[in-house]
Amino acid sequence: MPAWLADLYAILDATLRLSTPLILCAMAGLFSERSGIVDISLEGKMLAGAFAAGSVAALTGSAWLALLAAIAVSMCLALVHGFACITHRGNQVVSGLAINILASGLTVVVGIAMFSRGGQTPSLASEQRFLPVDIPGVDALASVPVFGHFISAVINGHNILVYLALLSVFCTWWLVYRTRFGLRLRAVGENPLAVDTAGLSVSGLRYRALMICGALCGIAGAYLAIAQNASFVREMTAGQGYIALAALIFGKWRPVPALFACLMFGFLDAIAIRLQGVELPGIGEVPVQLIQALPYVLTVVLLAGFIGRAVAPKAIGTPFVKER
Amino acid sequence: MVQSEQKVSSTHSSTSSSQFAIELRNISKSFGAVHANQNIDLQVERGTIHGIVGENGAGKSTLMSILYGFYQADSGSIHINGNHIQINSSREAIDAGIGMVHQHFMLVDTFSVLENVMLGAEEHSLLKHSAIDARKELQRLSDTYQLSVNPDSLVENLQVGEQQRTEILKALYRKAEILILDEPTGVLTPQEADQLFAVLQALKEQGVTVILITHKLREIMDITDTVSVLRQGQMVSHLNTADTSMQALAELMVGRKLDTQNHQRVDALPSETPNRIEVFDLCLRNAAGQYRLDHINLNVKSGEIVGVAGVAGNGQSALLEVLAGIVPPESGRFIINGREVSVSDPVDPRQMRQMRVNHVPEDRLKLGLVKAFTAAESSVLGYLHQDKFSWRGLLQLSSIKAMCRRLMDSFDVRPGNPNLKSASFSGGNQQKLILARELDKKPEVLLVGQPTRGVDIGAIELIHQKIVDMRDEGCAILLVSVELDEILALSDRIVVMFEGRIVAEVTGSEADKTTLGLMMANAHERAA
Repeated sequence: MPAWLADLYAILDATLRLSTPLILCAMAGLFSERSGIVDISLEGKMLAGAFAAGSVAALTGSAWLALLAAIAVSMCLALVHGFACITHRGNQVVSGLAINILASGLTVVVGIAMFSRGGQTPSLASEQRFLPVDIPGVDALASVPVFGHFISAVINGHNILVYLALLSVFCTWWLVYRTRFGLRLRAVGENPLAVDTAGLSVSGLRYRALMICGALCGIAGAYLAIAQNASFVREMTAGQGYIALAALIFGKWRPVPALFACLMFGFLDAIAIRLQGVELPGIGEVPVQLIQALPYVLTVVLLAGFIGRAVAPKAIGTPFVKER
Repeated sequence: MVQSEQKVSSTHSSTSSSQFAIELRNISKSFGAVHANQNIDLQVERGTIHGIVGENGAGKSTLMSILYGFYQADSGSIHINGNHIQINSSREAIDAGIGMVHQHFMLVDTFSVLENVMLGAEEHSLLKHSAIDARKELQRLSDTYQLSVNPDSLVENLQVGEQQRTEILKALYRKAEILILDEPTGVLTPQEADQLFAVLQALKEQGVTVILITHKLREIMDITDTVSVLRQGQMVSHLNTADTSMQALAELMVGRKLDTQNHQRVDALPSETPNRIEVFDLCLRNAAGQYRLDHINLNVKSGEIVGVAGVAGNGQSALLEVLAGIVPPESGRFIINGREVSVSDPVDPRQMRQMRVNHVPEDRLKLGLVKAFTAAESSVLGYLHQDKFSWRGLLQLSSIKAMCRRLMDSFDVRPGNPNLKSASFSGGNQQKLILARELDKKPEVLLVGQPTRGVDIGAIELIHQKIVDMRDEGCAILLVSVELDEILALSDRIVVMFEGRIVAEVTGSEADKTTLGLMMANAHERAA
């Protein structure tokens, strides 16, 4: 294998790993936003999920229990968001912001109280984490040129949550476009009055959407704390929830385009890491800070350039008031 | 309890002894101190078309909301096919066989007709299976009632008439035996309205009970079998349509005698009367590049009312906005009260006002006043820069209030309290306040859009009279309205707009509803 191809494969491999939390969060946001609820609290839910996963894994030693805990905590926060926005028709951005602040503060406070490590959870041993798995039969393919190489170098050897994230895209698409629930979900984000007069419960649908959203954010959080890393670190989400939201808007609130937007952000991140300390011909060594800023700069540029063409669900952000 | 009663009503509907599809007994509903509905009784026989008429605020909407489960009545009972039922939600209304076509359609624009019809009534959890059944049923319904709509069209691409048919199909798909239509013809051309009535007749022949809520008395006379009149929350009369007349119904609605009159000029304008508005090849395009105004040529003389007729959204609003100086033209020019306006030499609304060109906007809540302001504040909007209202940046509250009081007196705005929030006045009184504000400046050119939209009959009379008085004083008036009756009653000359063009022009005395209707659909040449 030529060196450049190995480099490319390494970058693509990293892309998948870095995109995973984005993909999970983007799908989470898709459910929420398609139902008409703005969700900037993806970030906070993911952070709280990560903390829950890190703590439970450290306390029980079971990665699966940790995953469940992350999902439960994140769903609880989603429930809070729903209670504020659906039941009490509060401002969705304010509620989301409150959850982010709450998560950011509470994870550190509880973390210090429980583990006294400055907000960090104890480092996990391998068996307490989700470790890379081999896809059965992949060794047989390894000798096939190009395709086999690609599979074994890029697709194979991730932890199970990476594959779960990819699966979640398909499931989201299927649920949203092929099922009765999906039809109603899309309708409630476009015209909740139409849903109400059709005899359906607008609140019920939106709560269900938020629950799915919470579950997916929880998985994303667990991925950060007990799969990609080996402990929870304060503010470890580092704005990825917002990037996922941006990817969702890029993808015009559709699962597959959103997946590609997430992969693009992941790819930029992977390149940024790969380029650190590398001498580029004609340019010289690019400062690390500049390269690390690249994904964010591109986010701003792309968002400014493309957002005009994205059409949001019509009823997004407006609480449903039945009485006239 | 509720559930079981509904089951009874649906299983025995065909064999029930009651001849009434729907019967209301003593329904009352109040909001705070306001009695929206007081002791309403109503009986509608199965397989008839029943009209409910009343002014805005008479309680029609409240009554329908009670029937469709949006509100619960404070007292009284609802009987469907002789069975007493409770309706606490739309779901329960649907289960009781009630279908409603709302004034503002309850459709998801980005969905196909089929998806809209299915929504909430899908039999299977997978869409594929539901769609097969729904498509079959939709075909059957279209054939039975001549309700043709392509099931795969997106709703946002449909004509208004087709969207309405989709709403009716939605109700029939849910097995509605009682169909309620709320102001169904407000957005339709007269021809589309005729189609709708044909459908309603077909429904009636199949045994569906139809309730038609409208303020258009002509429709009541044309299509209903029986009619009830609501006034100030009370049912004042139940009549056989054959035994009554439009005049009698109008008087019942308002509660006093009305003389409907035609306000057109009796004498022709002398030929040397100056033009106050002259428009040459005016064009404006929207973001998508379509013409909102397509080479408009038009003139309005001093002492003349020119009515602009057309189905809403055919460029009338754009015309008003350009002439009022809100939106600059894209090409072409116009001369308004002696001042030439073109692309290179635009004006703003304040300059327009200084030239004694006044504008009563179509959407009073968006452009006419600020809902959260008091009536006094709203009554000086656009004139606040004058020294008597703000002196060196300080509001002159007493003279603002005095102004408001004077305007309120001259146009009989009720309640006559300048400190009340603009939003708490009824639509008619808001409109009167805006008209008073603009007419008080003695304009030489008046641009007025939908002067009586959502205004009740009593106030319409006064507003029309004030506009005609202005005309008689020599003001040139451009009137945009979607109400043909209004255009016909006031205009000396009528131009018809279709897709941004002026497609026809007639004098007020020659015009009649049928030809105008055809012109509005741009079908007059083909028909002739």
